[in-house]
Amino acid sequence: MTIREIADNAKLEILACPEAVDKEVTGGYASDLLSDVIANSKAGYLWVTMQTHRNIVAVATLKELAAIVLVNGRTPEPETLEKAQEEKVVLLGSRLPAFELAGRLYQMGIRGIQ
Amino acid sequence: MTPRVFKADLHIHTCLSPCAELSMGPKAIVEKALQHGLDVIGISDHNSSENAPAVVNAARNRNLTVLPGMEVTSKEEVHILAVFDSVEKALQLQEIVYEHLPGENNTEAFGLQVIVNEDHDVLGFNKRLLAGATELSVEQVVDSISALGGLAIAAHVDRETFGIIGQLGFVPEELHLDALELSANTSPEEARRRFPEYAAYAFVRSSDAHSAAEIGKVRTSLLLCEPSTREIKKALRGEEGRRVLPEDAGARAAGGTS
Repeated sequence: MTIREIADNAKLEILACPEAVDKEVTGGYASDLLSDVIANSKAGYLWVTMQTHRNIVAVATLKELAAIVLVNGRTPEPETLEKAQEEKVVLLGSRLPAFELAGRLYQMGIRGIQ
Repeated sequence: MTPRVFKADLHIHTCLSPCAELSMGPKAIVEKALQHGLDVIGISDHNSSENAPAVVNAARNRNLTVLPGMEVTSKEEVHILAVFDSVEKALQLQEIVYEHLPGENNTEAFGLQVIVNEDHDVLGFNKRLLAGATELSVEQVVDSISALGGLAIAAHVDRETFGIIGQLGFVPEELHLDALELSANTSPEEARRRFPEYAAYAFVRSSDAHSAAEIGKVRTSLLLCEPSTREIKKALRGEEGRRVLPEDAGARAAGGTS
């Protein structure tokens, strides 16, 4: 499934880097501890988080994640948006809390453990 | 003036912190610090400095410098230690923090937040959710501290939760921190091995005491001309003969065993 298909399906808003939404998503991970995301996420994953600090973009780049989804209607800091656009990291937003969003993504067939 | 060794424990909570023991009153803290041969202590309750004046007063005419401060929780849930020379500056930071600290304390869930005077008389209870996070980003916290002339130290960076590396994956390059703090669990030597990428930072080690027994359990020995934040800043940068001493050298120079 591509980021675009998931975004349409789960009603995610595209906050940054709309030009890269045709990338394939291979799985998902949810965590707000960035050190944990570095340790446990995998390339191509969709990352569900509350954190909006610009370090999230660096973590996504480092781990070659497909996209970051900010939950609970959180708005990223301007520097985070800027960095995401610069680093070509897709940033999405959801009104839903992490639990609900992860449930919907799981229903769509996205898995964290393959 | 020639710099001499000051033993500092810059991270001590009082009974104002909901997670600290109620016995953490000003006099108990001062006595324990003196017993352990400390020269400088920092008072750093969660998101408040309301008990700092009492500890400063309790140390009056004693051979101990009390630096008022605070342990601020950023919105990323990173703990940043603020250290000031004066109560006024600490209270100015407190004003900024209070403006951005939502919620009310639940004493059953988190504990009492007791405001005391130097004699440990109860003056009142802080009703704010001091255990919570502010709405300030880690950059806003550090910049607010620096603008007030204080030291901004990333607290217990070796701890996964509430440490900057655990919460944010790594220390943001643009952040103007004065030092990285290590908990009792990690020695500076271990930290140098574990975090080679932060070799440019000064490491300090503090007790993060929530009970009297923890005060001074670990400390940082500094070569300073006087116990002020200005001098400590110089030591953290290794300027003008001021510096942070290695742990064993600090103990030797002070003639103690730590």
